[in-house]
Amino acid sequence: MLQVNDIDVFYGSIQALKKISLEVKPGNIVTLIGANGAGKSTTLKTISGLLRPKNGSISFKGREISKTSPNKIVGMGISQVPEGRRVFPSMTVMENLKMGAYLRNDKQGIVSDLNAVFDRFPRLQERIKQMAGTLSGGEQQMLAMGRALMARPELLLMDEPSMGLAPLLVKEIFDIISFINSTGTTIFLVEQNAHMALSIANYAYVIETGKIVLSGPAQDLINSEEVKKAYMGG
Amino acid sequence: MDAFITQQIDAYYLRIIIIIGINIILALGLNLTTGVTGQLSMGHAGFMSLGAYTAAILSLHTTLPFVVVLIAGAMAAALFGIIIGIPSLRLEGDYLAIVTIGFAEIVRVFFLNFELGGKAVGLAGIPQQTTFSIVFLIMMVVIFLNITLLNSHTGKALYSIRENEIAAQACGVNTTQLKILCFAMGAFLGGLGGGLYASYMYYISPGEFGFMKSIEILNMVVLGGMGSIPGTILGVIILTIAPEFLRVVADYRLLFYGAMLVILMIFRPNGLMGDIRWYDIKKRLPKKEVKKCQS
Repeated sequence: MLQVNDIDVFYGSIQALKKISLEVKPGNIVTLIGANGAGKSTTLKTISGLLRPKNGSISFKGREISKTSPNKIVGMGISQVPEGRRVFPSMTVMENLKMGAYLRNDKQGIVSDLNAVFDRFPRLQERIKQMAGTLSGGEQQMLAMGRALMARPELLLMDEPSMGLAPLLVKEIFDIISFINSTGTTIFLVEQNAHMALSIANYAYVIETGKIVLSGPAQDLINSEEVKKAYMGG
Repeated sequence: MDAFITQQIDAYYLRIIIIIGINIILALGLNLTTGVTGQLSMGHAGFMSLGAYTAAILSLHTTLPFVVVLIAGAMAAALFGIIIGIPSLRLEGDYLAIVTIGFAEIVRVFFLNFELGGKAVGLAGIPQQTTFSIVFLIMMVVIFLNITLLNSHTGKALYSIRENEIAAQACGVNTTQLKILCFAMGAFLGGLGGGLYASYMYYISPGEFGFMKSIEILNMVVLGGMGSIPGTILGVIILTIAPEFLRVVADYRLLFYGAMLVILMIFRPNGLMGDIRWYDIKKRLPKKEVKKCQS
């Protein structure tokens, strides 16, 4: 579904990604794990069009998207949950969710997707008219996820959904990610919390200072000594 | 209609009312750029002067109808709005503010040396075609179009850029296009207000469109509440009338004006109407009823 081939990404003269290649197969949860500053978010931003690769190609369903603008990429079916719970703070929960469906015109579909989001996140329904900025951290993460789902994506990109959340909430968020995947949405998950990410993913890549150093089925990696040592403190 | 109004209303009050109308057009323009879309522009007077000079020169040297002259002025400003919108794609906050201040200064210095604009002396004898009814009509159209825009799909997208640009992009909002558009629209209204101003004042000079003018308009938007149309209108009314009321304190006028701004911002940090939303008002009403029952 998504194919990233040998991309190089630079911040000015600093190379952040070196020949990164990865593949996301339809229906899977694929995760990219690594330490701080390894290039996880950079990879995600490059896929969603916020950054441009200097070399290499990115194709989505067979179409090259490495030069497509971010809004067109959203329109093609790739939706992103940005890092750090980026909600629209002085818009209501409802307005936030509606912004997720910004590119859509099918009123009926939007209403049914809104109901689906509320089924999945009942807490958002309780707070429909509340300003998003007044929600708790976990609720904001749910809102960001709900908003991304409102675009009815085929591929959902998630940037560190566990960031800054209490362990109990992290578990809840990951359960929801699994559930979203079970309804047919392919997920590409960037995470620092390797254990959590590997426990729900099908396939995983490990990134270290801009390079993929390890990849394989998530179940294999979770038991790999190398990953344990490097990312889970032995 | 204008003859009737000049008979009924004292010239001094009418003048203030017309200036309020012009300022509403100017401030609603800046509200689109800075209030709604969150692109801090401190050079609104630059757009205003472009509109003012274009309209003034055209009405002095041609016989074009006033409406055409006004629109030409507004279009000239909008063109520069697009040009100044391009750096906004890469800059934000303070850095963008500096670019816009620089732009307004360039425009001011240009007119200071512009032969056709009368250089430092300015342009005098501009035919006075701005009347109460024209200002009122244009103001109503501008307010109506602003309300329509902000309630539309595009309007929500503009707000979302202010709220969080990255999240807006993640929602599929074409932020590049909309940021340039917000500058163009803001500049258009700035130019329109400038044209009306020039024609109302008979006389314009580069000095009137300095940094303080930009700040004055920015104050109106911030005081009223960023992004709120009724707030901006209220801000304009207060800040246009205040200096008139403060005539009693004569020399200390600016001191009181400044103090008033400080006090208002302490008590209403989001502006007078910046954080008031319709459903907040609606929500409050039933709550009161419940309390009554309990007691």
